[in-house]
Amino acid sequence: MGILSQPIGVIAEWLRNLLLGWGLSQGLTTVLLYLLGGAVVAILVQTWVIFLIWYERKLIGRIQDRLGPNRVGPYGLLQPFADFIKIMTKEVIVPSGADKPLYFWGPILMDAGVLMLWAVIPLMPMVGMDLNVAALYTIAVGGFATLGILLSGWSSNNKFALVSAIRTVAQMVSYEVPTVLALLIPVLLAGTMSLHGIVAAQHVWYIVFAPLAFLIYFVASVAENGRSPFDLMEAESEIVAGFHIEYSGMVFAIFYVADFLHAFTIGALAAVLFLGGWRGPGAESFPLLGFVYLWIKAFAVYFVGVWVRGTVPRVRVDQLMNFSWKFLTPLALILLVLTAVLDHFVFGLGAWTRALSHLLMNIVVAVAVLRYLEHHEKVRASRRPMVAQPGQYPVARPPRPTVAENPTEAAS
Amino acid sequence: MTAMQIIFLLTAVVTLVSALRVVTTPNMIHAALWLVTTLVGVAVLYVLLSASFLAVAQVVIYVGAIAILMMFVIMLTRREMRDRGPQTGKQWPWAAVLAVLLFGGLVWMVQSVGLAAAPVGEVPQTAIADLGKALVSPNGFVIPFEVASVLLLAALIGAVYVAWTRRHS
Amino acid sequence: MIPLNWYLILAAALFSIGLFGVLSRRNAVAILMSVELMLNAVNINLLAFWRYRAPAHPVGVVFAVIVFAVAAAEVAVGLALFIAVYRRFNSVAADEINLLKW
Repeated sequence: MGILSQPIGVIAEWLRNLLLGWGLSQGLTTVLLYLLGGAVVAILVQTWVIFLIWYERKLIGRIQDRLGPNRVGPYGLLQPFADFIKIMTKEVIVPSGADKPLYFWGPILMDAGVLMLWAVIPLMPMVGMDLNVAALYTIAVGGFATLGILLSGWSSNNKFALVSAIRTVAQMVSYEVPTVLALLIPVLLAGTMSLHGIVAAQHVWYIVFAPLAFLIYFVASVAENGRSPFDLMEAESEIVAGFHIEYSGMVFAIFYVADFLHAFTIGALAAVLFLGGWRGPGAESFPLLGFVYLWIKAFAVYFVGVWVRGTVPRVRVDQLMNFSWKFLTPLALILLVLTAVLDHFVFGLGAWTRALSHLLMNIVVAVAVLRYLEHHEKVRASRRPMVAQPGQYPVARPPRPTVAENPTEAAS
Repeated sequence: MTAMQIIFLLTAVVTLVSALRVVTTPNMIHAALWLVTTLVGVAVLYVLLSASFLAVAQVVIYVGAIAILMMFVIMLTRREMRDRGPQTGKQWPWAAVLAVLLFGGLVWMVQSVGLAAAPVGEVPQTAIADLGKALVSPNGFVIPFEVASVLLLAALIGAVYVAWTRRHS
Repeated sequence: MIPLNWYLILAAALFSIGLFGVLSRRNAVAILMSVELMLNAVNINLLAFWRYRAPAHPVGVVFAVIVFAVAAAEVAVGLALFIAVYRRFNSVAADEINLLKW
């Protein structure tokens, strides 16, 4: 096998022979190689965050009609290094009365919850763990991040941190449901929960099959990450920066890195599930090309995430919960049922026929949902006379008729 | 000692030590976290038993939902941020004696039956698909499945109703 | 290759520890945690027997899945009850909730 057609295989063989030559046993060599592979992926991904920080700050700056960082290095490229030097030299102030072990475990669990996702993402055609329940595993490790947030909010010995942590956990748990339901659609279409299997089954990308599922998955994942527009819980102008108030210095850096890394990981997962992963021209014969394709696709989805972050205003907490439970979850459920039923009939047909019939069903559902929302909005608007009564503010709710005033149009 | 046996022993030690810490530590939040460790240890045991789907489901359900719910309730049901007073009742020595007796009895029973040590076969490749089919097929376990879903719906509605604040009365 | 009775002894130990917790803890949530330990021990037992005796039939796994569902439902309702009890008594210590004792 040449270096180009199976790069990881060649390197792994060479390392294995080296370790065996040093006299280590077979089992120990295998374990060491696994550990090395995991360490390499973790380090690669954490280093990539440095570039992501620069990119996000530049892009948000441009969206907000300003330049972004441009002092430190050409085009501000060394800005993240300056940021990290600053953060590493800041003092880690543990608040008095804080539960020390929990205080340090919170950020660790949150970062672990994101790094563990990279174990199952298929980076190249024949590389990495092929876990047969990988799709559900991505949800399971999200639970560790939730636990980390709860721990950090509790252990800070700070009521604001605790309230913010509880709200954040409620948000994350609420948005797990549409994430799982939207995740089930590619699993259904591919017939396997393994991410390698889902990529292998995407002769036609699943975003053509189910664009609505892609949107639901993307929006719910962004909400679960706690990024804008769903960043009520941790933005600096809201509830005094939320559950990471009492964190400064290196422990805050772990939260920061986990946040950005999760945003990119959402891109990678959406690329694997819906955009065909490493698929592209020439990817089967040159796995490194497949890796490049995956990275480009993940970056494209991340770009959309940053774009949304710079454009859309923050959502209120009750709007947040309503959006998840009253809109995304029923929509995802209906979509799942319709996809399953439709797939039962069109399963045997050709790839493009199947794709286009699913696409048609998605378009029908989207149009129906939009019509329903318009109708619902008209009904709600008709119940709210936005008229100023003499001596009153125009309010959304009609004022209660009292004996002293004339009874207003208490419409319904 | 094969590698699997070493992994099993390590996981068993971690699980049992965490379980002991769950029932002895006076700080309730720490007890909840030791419970999380125990549950993750049990998930690793499920992986050793080739039940990978159940291992991941264990982490999703227990760690991701039940442990977090318990921590919420611990945080909401205390008069101050610390635990005070003894956390074990007055008759804990009797409980310890009973637990040790039960353990001894179970171990004696297991050893005296003389079970074959090796598994009789392999888990088929389509185990998850078989599980799915068994849960929804009329010849399979669709009735327990549907009853469990009704139970979960009742628990959901009941829990919300019981814990609702009644401020308007 | 791990002998079957190792799993059974582990499950027995976990069950006994859970039993000790149920009988000796004062805080109601701690009692519920100990019940969860017992349920997990039962699940280990079920899956060990499934794996070592009938791995081709999904019966064992289905049983374990139903145990998961029942445990989740029980925890949800139990914790809701604790919150309601806390509102009334301002405490969830098991020996302070004694209005029904004669």
